[in-house]
Amino acid sequence: MTEIFGVPTQALFGQLLIGLINGSFYALLSLGLAVIFGLLNIINFAHGAQYMMGAFVAYLLLNKLGIGYWWALVIVPLVVGASGVVIERLMLSRLYKLDHLYGLLLTFGLALIIQGLFRNEYGSSGQPYQIPEQLMGGQNLGFMFLPNYRAWIIGASLVVCLSTWFVIERTRLGAYLRAATENPQLVQAFGVNVPRMITLTYGFGVALAALAGVMAAPVYQVSPQMGADLIIVVFAVVVIGGMGSILGAVVTGFGLGLIEGLTKVFYPEASATVIFIIMAIVLLVRPAGLFGTQK
Amino acid sequence: MKRNLLSTLIGAVFALGAGAAHAQISDGVIKIGVLNDMSGLYADLTGPGSVVAAKMAIEDFGAAAKGMKVEVVSADHQNKPDVGSTIARTWYDVDKVDVIVDVPTSSVALAVNQITREKGRAFLSSGAATSDLTGKACSPNTIHWTYDTWMLANGTGSAIVKTGGDSWFFLTADYAFGHALERDTEAVVLKNGGKVLGKVRHPFPGSDFSSFLLQAQASKAKVIGLANAGGDTINSIKQASEFGIVKGGQNLAGLLVFLTDVKALGLQTAQGLIFTETYYWDRDEASRAFAKRFSAQAPRNNYPTMVHAGVYSSVLHYLKAVEAAKTDDGTKIIAKMKELPTDDPLFGKGTVRADGRKIHPAYLVEVKKPSESTGPWDLYKIRATIPADQAFRPLNQGECPLVAQAK
Repeated sequence: MTEIFGVPTQALFGQLLIGLINGSFYALLSLGLAVIFGLLNIINFAHGAQYMMGAFVAYLLLNKLGIGYWWALVIVPLVVGASGVVIERLMLSRLYKLDHLYGLLLTFGLALIIQGLFRNEYGSSGQPYQIPEQLMGGQNLGFMFLPNYRAWIIGASLVVCLSTWFVIERTRLGAYLRAATENPQLVQAFGVNVPRMITLTYGFGVALAALAGVMAAPVYQVSPQMGADLIIVVFAVVVIGGMGSILGAVVTGFGLGLIEGLTKVFYPEASATVIFIIMAIVLLVRPAGLFGTQK
Repeated sequence: MKRNLLSTLIGAVFALGAGAAHAQISDGVIKIGVLNDMSGLYADLTGPGSVVAAKMAIEDFGAAAKGMKVEVVSADHQNKPDVGSTIARTWYDVDKVDVIVDVPTSSVALAVNQITREKGRAFLSSGAATSDLTGKACSPNTIHWTYDTWMLANGTGSAIVKTGGDSWFFLTADYAFGHALERDTEAVVLKNGGKVLGKVRHPFPGSDFSSFLLQAQASKAKVIGLANAGGDTINSIKQASEFGIVKGGQNLAGLLVFLTDVKALGLQTAQGLIFTETYYWDRDEASRAFAKRFSAQAPRNNYPTMVHAGVYSSVLHYLKAVEAAKTDDGTKIIAKMKELPTDDPLFGKGTVRADGRKIHPAYLVEVKKPSESTGPWDLYKIRATIPADQAFRPLNQGECPLVAQAK
């Protein structure tokens, strides 16, 4: 069997695929952050908590109301997105005139409160959530066993990422949104309700986090700190891709998933830090990120 | 010489003053400090439940009826040695805490172990895992109560090797605790004629283990040993089930699994898992009665883990020793605790060894199938009992300096 640095090529294919799957989560989460930052200029530190809420609402739907995974994919983003709308209206909307730092502090505080509330109610060891029956089992690809559920994650995440990119970069609605961030007064003068658009955008970003949460529930531990563990990596992804760049967030998300996957094979001890090393290098060479533009 | 005499006299006067109020108990109150993870990944298996267990022990000892004043204080060490050390020093120096109990997270426990020795107080560790607490780091002021890495490795490791699981691959949390657990388990596997085909050290805490599981799968080892804990173990097991590891003929060995972890996984995912515990609530009448009382007071009506049971048992024995020795001086009390045989409804009759190791039986348990379970906490069946004299590391193998002195 051919080998690369002592690792059989077949095993390497498997690891690359796994990396891509993890990249799907990074991409989905960093996409939401990028949308919110790009259009609202808010660094949404509550994103991890909102991702966790997504997983928990899915768990509650199943256990309290008997609503399964597929409906949860639709209902959870709506419910959690709506909570995002409330947060934006009541709190964030008062901070747009101030420095980024205030939005960051507010959302960070919110994240701590939300996590604390969930911990108080559900404890720290988490809740069980099963893979939906239709996606149980897996395929033997020859070089690895691919669980059906992982294949679904990768597909669903690609579709969501690409359609979000398409809507924002290629449609009229997206053009309004981008224009509203550049010059809200002018866009308002054209008769577009800018505050409402911004509210809905935040709600949409939060809904993306919640969707990622639902998709994560069957494979990761559904616990109050699940978001806190992930959010730092996702921020690094956004910084590497370029703050606010949607394409950057998606491409970097998948790309870093791959790099992390390779690190896990060749030097697993470093797999938690490799992303930050890349971040440091990118910031030195291109301070605005790989896909960002200096404003 | 003169000064020594003077200080002894002053000391004696103070002791007399205190004695008039209450035997020789400093400031008339016995203060028990429960120091553990109140908010992080170990909060369910230690946390506020340990405070409940300590209070139950005081109640069952009948402290009030005996005229002893016993108080419980608690704090969150956030699994950080620096935070834990600061709290321990403040407790000892300012708040007059007499004994610190629980302290999960090996790195924090080792720090508290050192401080307690400096201050001459008492430390009863229930939540910590590292066998070094009764090995190289053993102290005349510490008793390691509930379990340790050697006992887990010995119980689970040898049982699995003996039933045919003779080739292993380790998934190890990359910090002191994981390394200790891997080291102790590997020794057991090799001693029983098994072999280790590979190991991978994963970052702590991790969330995605699929890459490591694929490596374990490729190694063709019969057993994948999980030398990690809490959320890491939960995620490893959840994802192993997804990747069809067990269906593919490999077995998982959870080296440190708690009742609350199994509850979080659900029986569907956790069924068939084998590991070692020193307390299970559904073992006999006494353990069931304790669990029911505990659950009524615990957050979210959780059932007790072995760590909670250990806190109860250690506090009970501590109070008995205080009663017998009529003092709350840390070093004297620990000596008294080693002298008195232990006896409580949860761990039965036992002893505390010279190196500070509490000795009791351990149980090899298997997680039930969903069809076998009759209630939300009906999770294990007990496969074997490891007798007290075989469950823990032999006294002469731990390299504890106290043991050398005793010889």
